Parts: sequence; structure tokens; C-alpha cells
Amino acid sequence: MSTIYDHGAPGRQAVALPQLGKVEQGLLGAIPADLRRRDGPRLPEVSQPELVRHYTALSRMNYGVDTGFYPLGSCTMKHNPKLHEDLARLPGFADLHPLLPPEACQGALALLWETAEHLKGITGMPGITLQPAAGAHGELTGMFLIKRWLEDRGELGRRTKILLPDSAHGTNPASAAMVGFTVVSIPSDRRGMVNLDALRGALGSDVAGIMLTVPNTLGIFEEDIVTITDLVHDAGGLCYFDGANLNAYLGRARPGDMGADVFHINLHKTFSTPHGGGGPGAGPVTVSEVLVPYLPVPEIARKGETYHLDWDRPKSIGRVHPYFGNVLVIVKALAYILSLGDEGMRAVSGGAVLAANYLKAKLKGAYKLPYDQLAKHEFVLSGEGMGNGVRTLDVAKRLIDYGFHPPTIYFPLIVKEALMIEPTETEPRETLDTFAEALLSIAAEAREHPELLREAPHETPVRRLDEARAVREPRLKLDF
Amino acid sequence: MNPYLPHTPGDIRSMLDAIGVSDVDALFSDIPAHVQSRNRPLGLSARDDLAVHRHLTTLAERSTGRGLIPFLGGGLYDHFIPSVVGHILSRSEFFTAYTPYQPEVSQGTLTWMFEYQTMICELTGMEVANASMYDGATALAEAVLMAHRATGGKVVLVPCSLHPRLREVLSTYAWGAGLALHDVPYTEAGRLALDGVPDGTCALIVQQPNALGVLENLAGMKERLGKAFLIASASPIPLAVIEPPGFFGADVVVGEGQPLGNPLSFGGPLLGFFATRMEHLRRMPGRVSGQTQDADGKTGYVMTFQTREQHIRREGATSNICTNSALCALAATVYLAALGPDGLRRVALLSYERAHDLASRIAAIPGYSLPFRGPFFHEFVVRCADPERAVRKLRQAGIAVLPPSFLHPLGVHDGFIVAVTEKRTPEELDRFVVALEGK
Repeated sequence: MSTIYDHGAPGRQAVALPQLGKVEQGLLGAIPADLRRRDGPRLPEVSQPELVRHYTALSRMNYGVDTGFYPLGSCTMKHNPKLHEDLARLPGFADLHPLLPPEACQGALALLWETAEHLKGITGMPGITLQPAAGAHGELTGMFLIKRWLEDRGELGRRTKILLPDSAHGTNPASAAMVGFTVVSIPSDRRGMVNLDALRGALGSDVAGIMLTVPNTLGIFEEDIVTITDLVHDAGGLCYFDGANLNAYLGRARPGDMGADVFHINLHKTFSTPHGGGGPGAGPVTVSEVLVPYLPVPEIARKGETYHLDWDRPKSIGRVHPYFGNVLVIVKALAYILSLGDEGMRAVSGGAVLAANYLKAKLKGAYKLPYDQLAKHEFVLSGEGMGNGVRTLDVAKRLIDYGFHPPTIYFPLIVKEALMIEPTETEPRETLDTFAEALLSIAAEAREHPELLREAPHETPVRRLDEARAVREPRLKLDF
Repeated sequence: MNPYLPHTPGDIRSMLDAIGVSDVDALFSDIPAHVQSRNRPLGLSARDDLAVHRHLTTLAERSTGRGLIPFLGGGLYDHFIPSVVGHILSRSEFFTAYTPYQPEVSQGTLTWMFEYQTMICELTGMEVANASMYDGATALAEAVLMAHRATGGKVVLVPCSLHPRLREVLSTYAWGAGLALHDVPYTEAGRLALDGVPDGTCALIVQQPNALGVLENLAGMKERLGKAFLIASASPIPLAVIEPPGFFGADVVVGEGQPLGNPLSFGGPLLGFFATRMEHLRRMPGRVSGQTQDADGKTGYVMTFQTREQHIRREGATSNICTNSALCALAATVYLAALGPDGLRRVALLSYERAHDLASRIAAIPGYSLPFRGPFFHEFVVRCADPERAVRKLRQAGIAVLPPSFLHPLGVHDGFIVAVTEKRTPEELDRFVVALEGK
């Protein structure tokens, strides 16, 4: 695999820049000697055609939603509308400096205000911040909010525990730990839902709250959701909802009506903004009445047709982002909400849940289905017992040979050899059929030609990579 | 039919039949009925593409600040972005992919991450870099948390000349982790005045250049800190020509990478870069791409040292970060590759010389002066009796500078701050001077 440093020659450059003037001519004082850099950074020296060909070649070694089906569970890899890319590039958004005074950026503030109102409505919660830059950042913001609430009530030293179902995303415990909470795991019951007896046993005057994913990472809706949130509230705690799975009930139910106090929204999942190869996303957080006083400052407020920044929130946790959050991502989310409308949003969750249950019905005979419940937007199979020593990893790699991106594997941790499949509503039925046929055919291959799975993938630029070697002999940048 | 929803009524019927339910609503029977019945629509009907385009375009055009000539900085800068950057970013194999969990179909992402890590190490003078953080502010906050984990100290030395927004975000994170921020004043020259290092200090932060635009001299600072971390928050363009913090023994170098090929974006998405020394690798937050070999001995790349990360280590992880700023890091990679060492140096020096040119001309106007004697790079404070009036005069000439209130938290109440990049033409500089000279 060549890197950009393998191309070019000394003196080549891919862009023409203005000539230097007064410094070079000695007309202005040069950089003081004690600050001047002796050895310049070693950067590539490539012409424009070389540059373009290298990165085009790299792009062709990648697989995106535009390449094909990407059923990565928990990530909601839906189609990214092309109109939105053009809108995010409008100079009135893309070239606007965030430190301009509000009167010079009314349009951008209007965008933020309008999106915020819609997101409050969609989640049924009265307060919002758009600052968090990603889902995990939203979680952290939620933990800050709960901590400030405890502090304000004089309960900070006493309520130190955050309860967490054993099926939770890894970001949940990591976020809780970053603000000093102790994490207590709550086991799932046979239905794959929160074990209510275990929850009752864990609740007490030392509990700050619970972090729930709804539907949970098995793709199952917590039927007892209202009981759970009531129990936590009765015990004096608050309820955090991880909104990664909002696509399962968008436009049909609201976390605010389920007892959520904090809810983060992954705009890059439910609201169709591209994942960018790992980011950027956006993780706005909506809150219940009790947490509104602690939201980050400033609030974007409207008076008549004019927008301003309201700093009057004395109990605020402060800022979690230096400016307003990932505004260009928010542009795309607003465009998506407007193009769908209320009926479209219902159709999104309807289509997502329909696709997941359809695939589940087609596959459950050939693969173990540890929790055979009504699925929401995703479901979890197990690669256990495929025979011939075949593992889930092998199934995933073989799917690449069939032209598909593999599902999320080995998560959630409570399912052995997990295959977590999230088709989303944007896949045509024909694609779902072809994918199901591929998985059925792989199940047969596992019995008859297991080597096909163990040696997969076969047609990719590289075959399976030695991850242990990457740790044993770390090469994390080029050696010159 | 909505263009993003391909299921026809016929598709839906046949899928429902395969599942064995009568209608789509039956798939939601597990959500309590009283919860569903409380749902309230937004009152929005679906809009066609033209209407959506019109609405967003109208909003975009309402921000009048866009039409002004920007002499705006404060951590985000208006540098020229070569066209190749946007064209490479538009390759949807890059931007519609997610985190490279499956390396065999993600070599594109993993390879540019490796290139990016190399370039960030080169810029900062460090040994290892992660594949990006959200922005320069959260990168700084994460660096401080890392210093706390490494040293056990709970005191953070924070310059009074630190960018106010960095300080605000840091103070939220520090409060969350139970750390205390101690102010370090600045000298009359505008440079850090480190008096002593109290017991229990986990880190000293140095911003390069600081929020007053003044370049710090890092020589000897690490030696005064003992085991406490020297954390530099550096602006990336000046690093082309000034000695990088790594040269002075910094433990972590972070910064806002927006100036490297990313638009201002009304402040987001941004790019936090994060680099450290190999000895701290296992404490570093964020993803890393590493080189290895495949089953046939061919070179390839994987995400590595994942045992630091939340999806493996959960509450014991070095950070909760998952989604980062990958696409902005790709922009930085392509930008740096397009400019090369000479181009980057030229962008830095053009910004430097135009800023110095403008500064000396402003200082020659009666009533205006440069309050800080310390060396500056491409941003500087101007002192005057009525900064609000000066900013209004500039505004009337079609020029934007940051509001004087930006400097208030820094202890400056009689001035405003000016940033100059290679994009500002000599004519624009003239216009700036003429505007200030006028009544």
C-alpha cells in the first residue's frame, strides 16, 4: 500500500501560491532567531496529478454507503442525500466565522434555532443544546448535567453510581467514568431486557441515575421502559437515554414521554448525515424540565424575528464546545427533517423496523437467534455452532467476498459470536433479499467449504491483517 | 414518494407477509400504547427538494457577516483552500464510510490516517499522533485529563492568555474530573510569566501563539515542571516556520486543525489534533492507524492499540471518544500534501509578513499602538481609546474584526485583535489602514 510520501519528487507542489515579498527582501523583521524552526516539517512533494491519483486510488480501496449495503449495527448507515452536501457548502454557512457578532450571523443562528425546536419536538423534551460534536460527547454532556444537578441539590458526594445495562455501548461507561461516577452493571433478563429485580436491588440513595439505550443494543424495545424510569425517579435518580437507536421509533414515540431526563441524538445516524470515515457527526442533547437550568451556555434565543445569544443561565455547566457545535452537520439534519415532514419521519422508522424484521425472518432458520423478540431497527444473530470451527469473524469476512460490508460483530458483549445487523429504511427490498441469500449461502459454505470462510476475504486489496504484529512492533507513522 | 425511501406498497406488503404481521404499526406493539399516543407531530408536511434548497439558501444568505473582508482569527483562520481538497473529500467512498472496523475494505481510510499521523508528528515535533479529536478545545481538555491520569496531580496551570473558549471548555471538563485550574499571569510583553510550580501540578498549558497573538518561548519550561506535563496548544500554520513544541520537550501537543484545509463552518465541524511521545502512547485518547502485514506478507493498515478505547476497555478507557473528525483530518492531510513543505512555509510567511506590514502601519496612526512587545505571528492586539468605535469604522469600510469583547476575559479592555492570512491582499490592507485613519 503506497503512501503519499512514496510519490513525487523534491520541488513538486500541487497548488500555485503567491510569491513572498517583504520578509524575503529584508524589508520586515524576520522571525526571531530563538523561535525560528531549524528543520522544516517533512511533507510530501507531489504535483497535482499525482496527488489526485493517489487519493482516488485510496478511495477505491474503501467501502461506503454509496458503494453498497452497509448493515453496521448501531451505526445506522443509511443513504446520505446529495442535496444536503450542496447545502452545507453554501458560503453563508461554510465561510462564516463563529466569533462574528450575532447581528452578522442571523441566518446561521436561525438555522440553529429552527433545528433545535424540531429536535425538542421530536424528542418531546423542553430543553436542548446543539454543542456536542458526537454521540459520546452528548453522553459526556449528559453526565456533566447530572453531576451539576446533584451538586446543586447537595447530593454530589452521596449519589456516586450510574447504573448501566450489560448490553450498553462502551461509550456509556467511559462517559460516566470521565466525570467520576462509578459504573454498576445491571444484567439483562431472558427477554434481553433490563432485569427489573436486579434494577430494584441496585437502586438506592447512592444512585445518581441510569443510562439506557432504547431500544437496547439487541434491537429490542424495553417493554417496561416506563416502569424502569419510574423506579429510578422514585429512588431519586435521573434517566439518561442513549439516542443512537432513535431511528427505531422516529416520529412514533418520544423519549420525553418515556421518562427520559437527558437524551442525545446522533445526527449522523438517524438524521442521515454522512459518517465521514469516522466523523464528524453531531450529538445534540435534549433534556427534561429538571435539567434545563444546567444546560451549556449560550442559549440561542429568538425575539420577534431576531436571534440572540442568551448567557443568563447561572447554574450552567459551561461550554462543552468552543462555538455552536457541528453546524454544517446540523444544516444537513434540518434539510432532512424538512424533506421528510411528520409522515416521512414515521415512514423512516416504519421502513427501518420493517427491513430489520424482514431480514430476521429470512435468516433465523440458518443462524442462531438468541433473543427472538420483535425487532426494532436492528437484530442480533450469533455465529455460534456454525460447525467446522467457523466463527463470526469468518462469516463477516466472507460477506466481503459477496460484496457487502459486514455487520457489527462481537457486540453486544452479552451475545457470544454476535452479528448485529441494521439494514435501515433506505435499502430496496431487492438488496435485502440478495444480502439474505448471501448469508444463507455462507451458512451452507460453513458446513461444506469452511476454508472459504476462514481464508476470506479473497478479492480485497489486502487479506486479513496481523493485528498482534501492529501492537508488537508499533509503526504509527513513517520512519524517514 | 420520498426519494430516500425505496419501499413501494407492494414491497411493504410482501415484507409484512414474510414476517407474518398485518401492518407496519403492528411492528411497534412493543412500545407502550400510552407512550405512542402521547406523540405529537411537528406540524410539518414533506417538502420537495426545490423547497428545501430554497429554505436553506435563504437562511444562508441572511448572515451579512459573510460579505465582509475577514481579518478574523481567534483560533480559526481564513486560509486559502486548494480545490483539490474539496474534490478528494467528495469521493463518497471516503465520506460515506464509517470508522474502519473492517480493515480489508477500509485501506483507503487507514492509509490516509497513517499519513495524517505522520504529518501531525512532523508539524508538532512529536512521536505519535491520534487520528483526530472533535476540535482544539476538547483536544486540550483530553490532554489535561491524560496528564492527570499519568501524574496523579490535580492542579492545572492555565495561562491568563489562553483563548477564552479553550478555557471555558477546559473548565467544564476539569470540573467534571475534579481538577483545579490555577491562573498563570502574562508579562507586559504578553508572554507567560511562570512563577513557580505548586505541588500536585499535573500540567502546564502553553498556547503557541497565545490568544493575544504573542509567540511564547518554550525553552526551559519542561525542565521547571518535573514530572508534570508540558502541554502545548499550538496553531498549525505557524508551526511551519517556528520551532515546534516537541523540540522543547512537550509531553502533548494539541491544537485546532481547521486552518489546514477546512472552512470556518461557523465553528463546526472542526479538527482537534493530538500528538504525544511514545512513552505516553497507552494513555493517549482516540483512534490510531498502524502499519502491519496481511496473511501474504503484504503491507497494510489496521486500527491498533484499541485496548485503550471505550469499545474494549469501557469505564477503564483513556477517553469516551468514538466518532471523531475524520473527514476534517482527511482535508488536513490532502491540504498538507498539496502544499508540501515549500507551500506551507509560504502560506505561513505570507501571513506573517502581511500581518507585520499591517501592524506597523496601524501603529503609525495617531491614537493606535501595539500594546504587547512580544513577537507575534499573524495576529496582534491593537490598543486604542475607543475600540468599539474603531471596529465600527472598519465595519463601515466592509471589514470584519473580532468584537473587542473577545479580549475582555484576557484582561484587555482598550483594544481589539486583528488576524491576517495570505488571502488578504495589499489593497485590503490599504483599505484597513484608510478606514482607521478616517474620522
